[in-house]
Amino acid sequence: MRPSRDFGRFLVIWLVASAIATPLVAIFLTPSLPPGVEADDAAGQRIDNGVLTAVATPTVLLIVIFLAYVLIVFRHTGPKIEEGPRIHGHAGAQMVWIVTSTAIVMALFGYGTWRLLEPGAAGGGQGPSPLSPVHAARGESVLPVQVIGQQWQFSYRYPTYGGLETPHLVLPVGRPVELHVTSLDVVHSFWAYGLGVKADANPGVDNVAYVTPSRVGTFDVRCAELCGIWHGYMFDTGRIVDEQRFETWIQEQRRIFAPVLQYLPPYSRTYLPDPQGRAG
Amino acid sequence: MTVLARRLFGFNLLTAILLAAAGFLLGHWLGDRIAGPSLDYVASTGENDVALALGYLLGVVGFLVGLGFANYPLMRMLGRPPSLPRPETEGIGRYFRHCPDHKVVGLQYLVGVGVLFFIAGLNAMFIRLELFGPGQSIWTPDTYLTIVGLHGSMMMGVMTSAVLGPFANYIVPLLIGARRSAFPRIESLSFWLLVAAGFTLMTTLALGGFQTGWTGYAPLSGQGAYGIDSYVMFFALIGLSMTLLGINLTATVVTMRAPRLNWGRLPIFVWGVLTTAAVMVLAAPVLIVTLVMVLLDRTAQTSFFVQGAGGSSYLFENLFWFFGHPEVYLLALPGMGILLQLLPVFTRKPLWGYRLAVSGMLGIALVSFTVWQHHLFVSGMAADLRIFYMFSTELISIPTGFVFVCALGTLWRGRIRLTVPMLFCLGWIFNFLIGGLTGIYQSDAPSDVTGHGSFFVLAHFHYTIMGGLVFTFFAAIYYWLPKMTGFALNERWGKVHFWLMFLAFNSTFLPLFAVGFLGMPRRVVTYPERFEFLNQWASISAFVLGVSLLIFLANLVYTLVIARVPAEANPWQSTSLEWQTTSPPPAHNFDRIPPIGHPHDYGRDEGTERPASRPAPAGEPT
Repeated sequence: MRPSRDFGRFLVIWLVASAIATPLVAIFLTPSLPPGVEADDAAGQRIDNGVLTAVATPTVLLIVIFLAYVLIVFRHTGPKIEEGPRIHGHAGAQMVWIVTSTAIVMALFGYGTWRLLEPGAAGGGQGPSPLSPVHAARGESVLPVQVIGQQWQFSYRYPTYGGLETPHLVLPVGRPVELHVTSLDVVHSFWAYGLGVKADANPGVDNVAYVTPSRVGTFDVRCAELCGIWHGYMFDTGRIVDEQRFETWIQEQRRIFAPVLQYLPPYSRTYLPDPQGRAG
Repeated sequence: MTVLARRLFGFNLLTAILLAAAGFLLGHWLGDRIAGPSLDYVASTGENDVALALGYLLGVVGFLVGLGFANYPLMRMLGRPPSLPRPETEGIGRYFRHCPDHKVVGLQYLVGVGVLFFIAGLNAMFIRLELFGPGQSIWTPDTYLTIVGLHGSMMMGVMTSAVLGPFANYIVPLLIGARRSAFPRIESLSFWLLVAAGFTLMTTLALGGFQTGWTGYAPLSGQGAYGIDSYVMFFALIGLSMTLLGINLTATVVTMRAPRLNWGRLPIFVWGVLTTAAVMVLAAPVLIVTLVMVLLDRTAQTSFFVQGAGGSSYLFENLFWFFGHPEVYLLALPGMGILLQLLPVFTRKPLWGYRLAVSGMLGIALVSFTVWQHHLFVSGMAADLRIFYMFSTELISIPTGFVFVCALGTLWRGRIRLTVPMLFCLGWIFNFLIGGLTGIYQSDAPSDVTGHGSFFVLAHFHYTIMGGLVFTFFAAIYYWLPKMTGFALNERWGKVHFWLMFLAFNSTFLPLFAVGFLGMPRRVVTYPERFEFLNQWASISAFVLGVSLLIFLANLVYTLVIARVPAEANPWQSTSLEWQTTSPPPAHNFDRIPPIGHPHDYGRDEGTERPASRPAPAGEPT
């Protein structure tokens, strides 16, 4: 029977191609996927992206090889129109498709949920009541850092260091950080690319994201939500340093910004702007 | 002379424009009386949003009254018999006025959508020009953001009607054997609202533009100057137009089907239109309400979205995406309908798995209302709910898969003819595959952290909208233009158009996935130098993409204006109902409704196990 031979041939081509391509993608592409390994969140998201790419590979191959196959084998040229076979469907094939696609989707959902609940992959802002405040539960010493978005820059407050406010973000390596993201005016989004953290800065909202930087280096900080005309210029560079340098740096910053600090409002989870005026 | 007088006086476009101007001035004057310069904020900024908003409102009302939309309801209210104008059956004049013929409205929509698509596409070229190099090169940041906003809002506003406006309005009554649509005046109103909306949006250029993008997030939208009001008014009018369009099409499909055309025999394109129209009716009103709230925040000093005064910026995000996410499926479903309608014609096979395809479309329509918070994964709102929205979003890939498998099954063992419409359909399969799979990265909450708000998500939705909907839009133009105008587009130039567009499109947007993954956020006027090569590649490809669309435009003008070679009566040898009448059809569509058989009835029986059951041979117009 020719029809089944065609399908068998297609199936073999696809299975062989997938068997070759999928491990190659998983092994060689995953290490170059974003966002990086500068922090636990970033490394976790890289694994997620790798898994999704590995799942997508056979799917892409299925459709592309199918299209190529039908266009080579079943293409009809010439002026005369020829009728094809009157096939209305195939219950078995449809059932296989429904079951397989449902199974893949359910597996992806299960995997995504597990990764989201697992500390060190979530990376997104979790709002004022985070899903998994794991570090505090583990009894680790957490460094709270407040990220304040305003048109058009981020500033950072360290409440455990006398409410110091500085335009630079410096984090110690290896210590869990609790980022409290908020805004003074419009919606911004704090995107620390290398850390694998993105959290919207909403006025009046304390949006919490956890991350543990895992190696010394720098990372890009950008605003990822349109916030007005200078949105494109709202970026800076954060630094991850060792514990000792961090202490020196923060003492230096406290000295520099001490005159400014007395005019700032006391540290608070949010700073509600006065509806009639400017926020402080 | 009398002909000229009849054209000039009465309810026509000229009267409409005059009344629109008068309405605008009246509204503006009224607004100045209501909130005059005595108010501090008006005095200090010199801008009175109340006056502008009322001006727009009365301007639009004047425009519609001038076109004659008030005649029927007013006469009814006064208890007089409505003096309906006799529908003009020929002449170019009927395309410039309120005409209740669904075929006229379809062509009006085609031109209207085309014009807005052209302007929005031009804006895309301007964006790529700016992003050609790092650093600010061509536009100032506020001009650049206005261009970005115009491109986004115009495309989003127009693409929702891009298939439903021209093709559903024109073809669906023919496909279901109806002589008119259910609500002809509402149908015409939905088109003229689109015209009013487009004009309103363009006035933003004279008012300083709007720097909020098409999403117009509060509280940013509360900050901006006059230009925001035109954006808000535009989108509210588009929402109204979409709602009316959806109401008419839903009612037409439900009530106007020919005898014996039961649900199991509905052509798949009609299913695509019906599901889209139903979702539109349910989702678009939310948009209108949201924008009215924004307008009230800006004019009447309410505080729906003002944090600290009882409002919340989350409220806006929720309302906007409650409309916004069903809306992006409004951009997918019509394309799927066209795809599955055209594949059987060019494979000479019945649609493979008709019921599976219908359940796929119904499934997408249903689940589309439950996914909106995946836009807010990193917003900090309801972190626990991320699991549910991850589930519902990934769930939607199951019915989408149904549509794919039906397309693949139809191709299998067909007699595939690579005509231009078929090429665009195959292009859809490839592009939507990429668009759909990259959507999985967005639905997975940890992965979405990188993609969200970056060029990755931008490339993703351009793959589904430009690569999906626009490709099937062109398939529909090549396929149905002989029906709508009686002239067929040049096949060879059509193929040049397809290949150039397909390659340039992929070459533009594939690198943008990488740009986003490497850390470039959307809507930025500048970027680090390490993204320069990929951005230049994308820009050059985008210009080639623009050229491919100009080739289409040249082909269109050549076919319709210069060559004017009449097309065959049924150039694709289709068996569906719209080809059983003349091209273009007479005002009443069919002299006699043709017999209704199974949809997509192609192919020959293999062996003898299944008797041939085709009702009437296609061909001779009845």
